[in-house]
Amino acid sequence: MKPLGFLAPGEAGVIKEVAGGIGIRERLRGMGVTKGKALRMIQNNACGPVIVALGETRLALGRGMAQKVLVE
Amino acid sequence: MEAASELAVQKTPAKEIVIALAGNPNSGKTTIFNSLTGARQHVGNWPGVTVEKKEGRLLSAGKTCRVVDLPGTYSLGAYSEDEIIARNFILHEKPDVIINVVDASNLERNLYLTVQLLEMGARVVVALNMMDEAQARQITVDREKLAGLLGVPVVPTVATKNKGVPELIRQALAAAGAGPREALKIDYGREVEAEIGSLGTVIASHARLMDRYSLRWLAVKLLEEDDHLLQEIRKTPDVGDLLARREKSLRRLREIAGEEAENLFAERRYGFIGGIVKQTVSRKKTVEQRLSLSDRIDRVVTNRFLGLPIFLLAMWAVFQFTFKLGDPLVGWIESFFAWLGGVTEGALGAAGAPEWTVSLAVDGIIGGVGSVLVFIPLIFLLFLAISFLEDSGYMARAAYIMDRFMHALGLHGKSFLPMLIGFGCNVPAIMATRTLENRQDRLITILINPLMSCAARLPVYVLFAGAFFSARQGWVIFSLYLLGIVLAVVMGKLFKTFLFKGESAPFVMELPPYRLPTLKGTLIHVWERGSAFIRKAGTIIFGVVVLIWVLSVLPWGVEYAARESLIGRLGSALAPVFVPAGFGTWEAAAALIFGLLAKEVVVGTLGVIYGVGEEGEGLAQIIGQQWTPLSAYAFMAMCLIYIPCAATIGAIKRETNSWKWTAFAIGYSLALGWVVAVLIYQGGRLLGLG
Repeated sequence: MKPLGFLAPGEAGVIKEVAGGIGIRERLRGMGVTKGKALRMIQNNACGPVIVALGETRLALGRGMAQKVLVE
Repeated sequence: MEAASELAVQKTPAKEIVIALAGNPNSGKTTIFNSLTGARQHVGNWPGVTVEKKEGRLLSAGKTCRVVDLPGTYSLGAYSEDEIIARNFILHEKPDVIINVVDASNLERNLYLTVQLLEMGARVVVALNMMDEAQARQITVDREKLAGLLGVPVVPTVATKNKGVPELIRQALAAAGAGPREALKIDYGREVEAEIGSLGTVIASHARLMDRYSLRWLAVKLLEEDDHLLQEIRKTPDVGDLLARREKSLRRLREIAGEEAENLFAERRYGFIGGIVKQTVSRKKTVEQRLSLSDRIDRVVTNRFLGLPIFLLAMWAVFQFTFKLGDPLVGWIESFFAWLGGVTEGALGAAGAPEWTVSLAVDGIIGGVGSVLVFIPLIFLLFLAISFLEDSGYMARAAYIMDRFMHALGLHGKSFLPMLIGFGCNVPAIMATRTLENRQDRLITILINPLMSCAARLPVYVLFAGAFFSARQGWVIFSLYLLGIVLAVVMGKLFKTFLFKGESAPFVMELPPYRLPTLKGTLIHVWERGSAFIRKAGTIIFGVVVLIWVLSVLPWGVEYAARESLIGRLGSALAPVFVPAGFGTWEAAAALIFGLLAKEVVVGTLGVIYGVGEEGEGLAQIIGQQWTPLSAYAFMAMCLIYIPCAATIGAIKRETNSWKWTAFAIGYSLALGWVVAVLIYQGGRLLGLG
């Protein structure tokens, strides 16, 4: 299990846990970021936000957020 | 069904049908709203908050329906103002039918909202939108099966081509006339259901709650730890037993499942949705197999080395497009108003009108209003370019690229779009901060936005730079734009450090797939922003030009706009304040006073005061005699920074919903403007430039 921010572009994973406050968890859930979902890293530059693919959705997540999503 | 709806309407002729539109952002909801209502739209605000409320009328088969566009949301939780508004409207206003716009190419995520609507027991018709895009991506949806599983009508649509909309209207009207629908019950598992049951018994004993909410929905929301709803319930008298019962249930669930209750709900909900998707959606290619065109573009456009140059190129193109195309148009409008002024003067003179009416009509109204309308081509072209990039999906990528830099300034990637729009007009720019979810981020972005040189500052720059720096006019004007940006960065950082110590909202944003914008959609978008400027031109500016004229001729008998007139006396009183900045004359002070009402009025006022009109060489010439290059530059900086114009102040008040922050915006910009102007003038003199 590792933070989402450590996935390289093209790498895929399954969400194991979403940390963070209740508000942001709720928000991410609405966008499909929730336990058990498969995702794939699209863009991960050294700093700044990452872009991930969740099914048909493309999400930009801030680096801080990406560290709070744990994937396997 | 048809007959039933017909009957229902006839029975209660006074009550009109209310249709609410709900859906995710980027699901094409706005396009559906536009094709339902056409030009019969009204934009306002939801009561008490600053979220935009759009309403329209739909005429179908002789019946009038009110169509309310709910804010685009992913969920109906309590995460943002938008979600709470959408939810409260459905709960308390009880629309006759909700059209839920769903992106067919992204069904799973979109159904999360649908399921929540169904759980509320609302009468829903699903518009399965973007069927063309789904087809292009080789995704097929079994519409009939989906309708069966959800228990509501599902209408396939391609809103951009107006396909399926008549059928959607027919189904919506039929559903509106039908009886109440039973709320969707998702099985949340034995333990959770037991707690819902026992909480339900307590709720049932409170008649007040039963009036307002449906029992099961309230029980679920309380267990989901929905903050907003909990606060609402706490305000209800005598609900101690319910709250105690809720605590107990939450504790028990935590013990049994070893997990927060909210996770249990989300899992089951997504499980339910997953089941539906499995049965109704078939893909020729799996998502992993297919690197869509969108992803391939993103690899390049958001690349760490290429992203920024591409972004800068796009911005350069936006400004080239605006000014190269706009400048000739500005020239035409200028000559039109000069011609109109001449013709009016001649006609009124021939008709024997008294001199003061000629002066009011020609100098005041035509000259004044003309000086504002001159910017319309620039503003509309800028908004056209921005809307095109926005609707194509690129702006979301630009926000992604800019997030790194905006973050360094303590701002948010999404702050960048309002700043860009600010170069056109600060009023729609401040309205565009609505996309920022966090209040602090939003306040900072609003406070520094007036430092972006809007199109109305340009004539001030053009006048003074033309009079003094003709050889390097372009560079001088560019330096003022840059000054504004640098000050915005510095002030943003200061506000973040001293006023708003909290964290920025985390950056979470959907990147919609790239699309070719439709002409209609883009034009509507441009109009929404541009009309904010026109309204200002039509109302405030008109009033201002008349006010200037009146202040210039009173008290009766003085020479027009002379030192003895009201405007002259006001200017004389304030002039000493500006001596250290190099423009301590009553003319400059009076121009600044009127500039509060709209910055471009500075030029008009100077024209009136110097008695040369506002166009042409005359004004530049007289300014060339009365000012020095250094005092002119200090004055331009002052015009950029000091107090936002009246329309912008109005926008700040409306968007912050606070007089305190509005006063702060006025106060800090006035102080900053004076300090910067004095620094420029005194610094320049020390360097021997004066």
